[in-house]
Amino acid sequence: MSEFYILLLFIIIAAVVAVETKNLLSSVICVGAIGFGGSLMFLFLRAPDIAITQIVVEVLGLIILIRATISRDRTFITGDREFFGMVVSIVVIFVIFLAGIKVFETLPDFGTAIFSKVPEAASQTYISEGLAKTGAANIVTSVILDFRAYDTLGEATVLFTSIIGATVILRRKPKKLLEEMDQ
Amino acid sequence: MIQKGKNSNGVKGMTIIVKTIASWVKVLIFLFGIYIIIFGHLTPGGGFAGGVILASSYVLLMLAFGREFVEKNLPLPLASKLDCLGAFLFAMIAVLGFVFGGTFFVNFLVEKYGQPLELLSAGTIPLSNIAIGLKVGASLFLVILTLSIFRSDVSSNKKG
Repeated sequence: MSEFYILLLFIIIAAVVAVETKNLLSSVICVGAIGFGGSLMFLFLRAPDIAITQIVVEVLGLIILIRATISRDRTFITGDREFFGMVVSIVVIFVIFLAGIKVFETLPDFGTAIFSKVPEAASQTYISEGLAKTGAANIVTSVILDFRAYDTLGEATVLFTSIIGATVILRRKPKKLLEEMDQ
Repeated sequence: MIQKGKNSNGVKGMTIIVKTIASWVKVLIFLFGIYIIIFGHLTPGGGFAGGVILASSYVLLMLAFGREFVEKNLPLPLASKLDCLGAFLFAMIAVLGFVFGGTFFVNFLVEKYGQPLELLSAGTIPLSNIAIGLKVGASLFLVILTLSIFRSDVSSNKKG
């Protein structure tokens, strides 16, 4: 269990550095360190599907962020904090912390399955009948593409819509048209 | 200097060492992505992770050789069409479940072919994995290409 606390400490330190540092590039690298720490935690919890996805998305996102920030002129962020804003944010964080304690009391212990506390949970049905009903040896795939395929459809729709929107907004042609209109 | 897109010799992309290594490694990364997608119902992984790996092989090419090289290999309209094709295939698999099985998204092929733990098994799940892999790979490639075009346009506007 101790490796989780070491990793958790590492992640918290990286998160604090990512928020507090003045340099944009080192902030991005700290965000990457958080992601790799999370990926290692998934690996220790024996969830290789999530670990693969996390590490791959982290690498790609880090490349995008570094390419986006490395040539920006304004890499330094300055300015003082507002007193009122700081008080409000501390109060909000404290309230969320108290609510989080209440929520985590209802969850089973870290690293144990949910059906140790709720015997009639749906996950037990997936584990016992997943292979017979779907024929997929990987239970995670049989859940996300058969039992819970609607979730995957929603996720694919979100990705599709957001990428269509980004491509339309950032494409090259309308800028050329605007430049011609200016001339 | 390298990040500006041209090195000291005036050649696009990074140095020859990076280019040589990238041209060897890109095939392995692409193959690994295809493996992750096709074996998604047997081993850890699946359509999403494999699609991201496919996109990252093209990102490696883009970082090493420059944007124009990648745009020649996989043009923006083609990537957009692949993205739409993947989404369309995934939706079609769901609708075919409605046609043949009576319910939206039902796994209508599960008893038609293969035993569990074989490569050809699990009905529509490998087909959905391939569709999602195509969609995710093409769309993430599109994002990076679009962002880099946007970035270069902004920097050229600043210079001009």
